[in-house]
Amino acid sequence: MKKFVDIAVIGGGPAGLAAALEAWRAQPELNILIIERDHEPGGILQQCIHNGFGLHFFGEELTGPEYAGRFIAEVKKTSIEIMTDTMVLELNNERKILAVSAENGLIEIEAKAVVLAMGCRERTRGALNIPGSRPAGVYTAGCAQRLVNMEGYMPGKKVVILGSGDIGLIMARRMTWEGAKVEVVAELMPFSSGLNRNIVQCLVDNNIPLKFNHTVVRVDGRERVEAVTIAEVDPATKRPIPGTEETYECDTLLLSVGLIPENELTNGAGVEMDRITSGAVVDETRQTSIPGVFACGNVLHVHDLVDNVSNEAKLAGLSAAQYVAGGEKKVEKYHSVNATNGVRYAVPQRISADASGKLDVYFRVGNAYRPAKLVVRCGEEVLATRRKAIMTPGEMEKITLDADKITGDITLEMEA
Amino acid sequence: MEVKEMTCIRCPMGCRLTVTKDGDNYTVTGNTCKRGEEYGIQEMSCPMRVVTTSVRVIGGVRPVCSCKTADSVPKAAIDDVLKALAQLRPVAPITIGQVLAEDIAGTGVSLVATANNRAAN
Repeated sequence: MKKFVDIAVIGGGPAGLAAALEAWRAQPELNILIIERDHEPGGILQQCIHNGFGLHFFGEELTGPEYAGRFIAEVKKTSIEIMTDTMVLELNNERKILAVSAENGLIEIEAKAVVLAMGCRERTRGALNIPGSRPAGVYTAGCAQRLVNMEGYMPGKKVVILGSGDIGLIMARRMTWEGAKVEVVAELMPFSSGLNRNIVQCLVDNNIPLKFNHTVVRVDGRERVEAVTIAEVDPATKRPIPGTEETYECDTLLLSVGLIPENELTNGAGVEMDRITSGAVVDETRQTSIPGVFACGNVLHVHDLVDNVSNEAKLAGLSAAQYVAGGEKKVEKYHSVNATNGVRYAVPQRISADASGKLDVYFRVGNAYRPAKLVVRCGEEVLATRRKAIMTPGEMEKITLDADKITGDITLEMEA
Repeated sequence: MEVKEMTCIRCPMGCRLTVTKDGDNYTVTGNTCKRGEEYGIQEMSCPMRVVTTSVRVIGGVRPVCSCKTADSVPKAAIDDVLKALAQLRPVAPITIGQVLAEDIAGTGVSLVATANNRAAN
């Protein structure tokens, strides 16, 4: 099967849906295709049945499936085509896509523009080098979330959780409410990357202890997990301190230890990558180093709020539509956006010299700052300053710049 | 007199609050804004939560359907809500917003579906 489309959006989660919708709104005559590997669109939102989504974007609190449902309903009113159960295998630097599905076999798709919206996946046990045997019962938190919330399976009855990211915290409450006993949440760092709200409403509400500076040092069991041993670590070296081991009898270990943007396709196409975000390097239109290829959402950098994903995806979708309608516009010169002195990364990583109007730069800090002061400079000139009572690594921040004032490379840094 | 320590969750600051209940009088310390005081009093007098969970479904493409209480319910009633909805067996098709049970566990709040679940053929 061979297809020719104006815009191919890879991934039908929140980023892909918002990008396709915005492209269609800008140019309704365009032929837009969303390629999704699951049975239905919506992505990971479909398994995030807790609430807290949409406060910024819709002005109300929704659960994940409800948030996705709003976008799916809008997309269904348009001419946008969604291919589900279809896995993209390859993307090349001429925007040719190779995909496969049970229904259509191999599918070749040629697109005038491509939006990368593949999201991210979880770090697994393999990335952590946890000693011990290899029994059943070790899951990533997101895998357990899908099993409980969508497939109707309980992965276990007595649970230890490693990592206090939001998915781990949410799953601690979820497993408890479904009748399991969550013994403890161990966190390697001296702080949680999860939201305060989740620590309070998922752990404190259910009397689940959270142990900072702790990690898993052993997993026991032949066929199935029988016990998990955690130990305190030296905060400086992260090495376990002998004599601090505690063993919990349990049948399940959940891992909530970070997310990795899923960029195999991006790498295969030869797109320039950012080593810090593990996503593509993009300009203010979210265009990557390959003309006509755009990226947005968690595949570009891991977001904490889906509302921000939707906004970023709208920008990428609009840019893709303008690219198709206006043809390739050669960018003569880029100014780079440098993150330094406490700022871990900034997106976009570069801004075209002819950019104009208001322009949002998203960034994360590397440590907790209270109070926090961010300064953006172009050479000696201060372009913008942002003060806040607190900035933490867990919360993505945004600063709005006037693109007309950017005359050279810019720098984002924290100041006392 | 009753004293409780808690973390305010109204914003990322996460102030450590100390809330004291003396009869019908509440005092909050440790907060840095008005919202922290409101939060502390609410949590001390009657903490409320929206329950988001799932129910078993008969005849759907998926065996479960996610659902939530249409409004927040007292934290103390969460267990009763979970036990009551464990008895429910709604029949597919189910659509977002559909009421699965009215006045769940005597809270006066209804339970609504938060996902679609098509009927299996």
